[in-house]
Amino acid sequence: MLQFNENGIYCPDGNFYIDPWKPVGRAITTHAHSDHARPGSKHYLAHRDSSAVMRLRLGADISLQTLGYGEPLAINGVKVSLYPAGHIPGSAQVRVEKGGEVWVVSGDYKIQPDGVCEPFEPVPCHTFITESTFGLPVYHWQPQSLVFQDINNWWRQNQSAGKVSVLCGYSLGKAQRIVKNIDLGIGRVFSHGAIFNVNETLREAGLDLPFLPKVTDGFSKKDFEGALIVAPPSVGGTTWLKRFGPHSLAVCSGWMQVRGNARRRNVDRGFVLSDHADWDGLLYAVKATAAEKVFVTHGFTSIFSRYLNETGIQAAEVKTEFGTEEEDTPNTEKAA
Amino acid sequence: MKRFAQLIHEISSSTKTNDKLDALVRYFQAAHDADKLWMLALFTGRRPKRVINSTRLREWAAELAGIPLWLFEESYHSVGDLAETIALVLPEPVQENDQTLTEWMMWLAKTGRLEEPERKTNIVEAWQSLSVNQRFVFNKLLTGGFRIGVSKQLVINALAKTYGMESSVVAHRISGNWTPDSTTFQQLVLSDEIDTDASKPYPFYLAYQLDSSLDELGKPSEWQAEWKWDGIRGQLIKRSNEIFVWSRGEELMTEKFPEYQLLLHHLPDGVALDGEILPWKDDAPLPFNLLQTRIGRKNLTKKILQNAPLVFVAYDLLELENQDFREKPLSERRDNLANLIENAGHPVLKLSPIVEFENWEVLTKKRQQAREVGSEGLMLKKLDSVYKVGRKRGDWWKWKVDPLTIDCVLVAAQKGHGRRANLYTDYTFAVWDGGKLVTLTKAYSGLTDKEFYQVDSFIKKNIVEKFGPVRTVKPELVFEIGFEGIAESKRHKSGVALRFPRMLRWRQDKQKEAADTLENVKALLNTTA
Repeated sequence: MLQFNENGIYCPDGNFYIDPWKPVGRAITTHAHSDHARPGSKHYLAHRDSSAVMRLRLGADISLQTLGYGEPLAINGVKVSLYPAGHIPGSAQVRVEKGGEVWVVSGDYKIQPDGVCEPFEPVPCHTFITESTFGLPVYHWQPQSLVFQDINNWWRQNQSAGKVSVLCGYSLGKAQRIVKNIDLGIGRVFSHGAIFNVNETLREAGLDLPFLPKVTDGFSKKDFEGALIVAPPSVGGTTWLKRFGPHSLAVCSGWMQVRGNARRRNVDRGFVLSDHADWDGLLYAVKATAAEKVFVTHGFTSIFSRYLNETGIQAAEVKTEFGTEEEDTPNTEKAA
Repeated sequence: MKRFAQLIHEISSSTKTNDKLDALVRYFQAAHDADKLWMLALFTGRRPKRVINSTRLREWAAELAGIPLWLFEESYHSVGDLAETIALVLPEPVQENDQTLTEWMMWLAKTGRLEEPERKTNIVEAWQSLSVNQRFVFNKLLTGGFRIGVSKQLVINALAKTYGMESSVVAHRISGNWTPDSTTFQQLVLSDEIDTDASKPYPFYLAYQLDSSLDELGKPSEWQAEWKWDGIRGQLIKRSNEIFVWSRGEELMTEKFPEYQLLLHHLPDGVALDGEILPWKDDAPLPFNLLQTRIGRKNLTKKILQNAPLVFVAYDLLELENQDFREKPLSERRDNLANLIENAGHPVLKLSPIVEFENWEVLTKKRQQAREVGSEGLMLKKLDSVYKVGRKRGDWWKWKVDPLTIDCVLVAAQKGHGRRANLYTDYTFAVWDGGKLVTLTKAYSGLTDKEFYQVDSFIKKNIVEKFGPVRTVKPELVFEIGFEGIAESKRHKSGVALRFPRMLRWRQDKQKEAADTLENVKALLNTTA
């Protein structure tokens, strides 16, 4: 029912694409990260909670239709519906059904609830198209509460050492997860401009997030004393950090699980916190869908599909142009 | 063990030397003496023997993790560190364990003596009782590959800071032939008693590469120049009527150099010489790779000894008649050294000659002859300099000749380890030989992080074939490779071996056709000694 062509994942019966990497007529967008929501398509369809950020990033004037989770929509006789992917606010798996056959495209997803977005919901299907960003058995996530305990402790230690805490996370998804789960009683929290814009857009759209002032020249070193600054990873090694005086720089990313990746980032601390599924999470999702056939996109595709085949689940790897975002690769030097 | 694992974690996750120093000081303040002694042993390269070969370890880890072996291997290629891979794939611990580092070291020694099935039971049980961080350290100890991103100097500084001692005193005390079984922390570090270890070396004085103009050094008459030899820096000691040889890495290597035993009756007791271990024939040094192959051999056959006969080219005197000479000026040490060598009168012990010069221009010209005499440049030492501890600026400089260079094509790559895990950073290079590319050398260093990312991304898109962890790559990128020397070699396909090859530049301006030929490369054989 779905095919892979040079533009993306295509449904010939419905004449639409899912997360196309080239401009097409009709695009269904799983979520608003830039490798899944690309500009130039005529019409977009996405979850309601994705619309504000999609308009922020792709333009206010895009033609965008939205759906809630579980709301069916018929496109040229193909039944389309969206289900929570638990990746970032508004992220969705796309369920496509025709003549009793069901395919599900996961987009990016994580299993563990993050307190910000609707948690992942497995959708039974015949064919499942899954990501595999962390598809190696070395990736195991701790419960998020433990990670935030570590983060809160790190913040407190920095306070007593007279250092400002700069915590980096991708501006859409990770940053909101940090803001929502950090102990706001410890001290003041500021946001970098890029994160401020996303936060305010989401707040206006109705997401329950605390207001964080933006780091501007209006604040002095004194204002930042003992504070936590939420920033995108691209601030590492830039002069933007100078305004805070002595500080500790940390990154939240699943890649921090491996020491080599952490050392390469050249930060003071790495917290293992990801918006993707870990190894067990990927296996859980695949099994929970009860799919007979699995296509594996971006990540450790060949390894994960070989493992699925050996455990009796028919799987094949697919080359896509996903996985170019900040969170998707350990070797990123700059981020949006 | 918890505390030790915490120390390793803090050290390896920190990028600032001061934070590492603080972590070490905290450890020295908090840990028990027995653990401190073991920690010191591990941090100064006194590693325990490997308890188990890594093949078994991989099998057992995969079994306990419930994954096929190939998946474990793939994980290892991605993580780039065996101990860490095992630590990460294993399930969460099922029990607690609060054994100390010392207790674990005892456990290790005991487990090493067991039959394989019992050894497996012990190791699996240990894995199930340790957290990920502790498991990582434990695996490092198991595999004997214990290396930490901390210089010995930093450990010395931390000890000095903790106990209010001079770092040069600490450096000397913790050197030598001790093991945690032969001494105590109190005795080794804190006691003023005269040492009973006759082999004990002095810490080496190391020089930086000259980075200013010669004129800034002051008057030429205040300086001494020598050739910088391309061998192994060593310390030759005779005490208690025994010869000891230490390498710069403070490894006792006496057995590797039987030639030096010939000096036993030619040297007085209580001397320590600093110099170069060099293969030598017909009044000239032989290429370094002869020494390298010799070092690698377990048994030194007659043939090897004939092919690579060693001499000790001495350039400093650290001890004479059991007296520490390091505080005397170089000129005085040198006079005594010359006398000593003349009196010894043995061809295995040579005095490193002084390179005469009246002014800096003359010296600059003489440096050009460095390769002809088989050296890699000059050493400049101030005549009134004392013999310091560790790498220090000011009184001693090395002034190497510019490296030889060739342009090569990248033809294969492998992922790196440690901070380069998951990134293709270990490259194989080739040159042209009659229209075909022939593999010449490997190189791992010399690019910036940013360049490594770019090359890594090129490689990932241009893989031709897989051989285990090695990927052959579409030949396209050209790099300028610098190296210190070149010698004929039967072990390499190209017939030559390069000394200390590294990438000097990524020649993005060059097409692969413009890379050098094997003929060009072989022509360099004749220009060097």
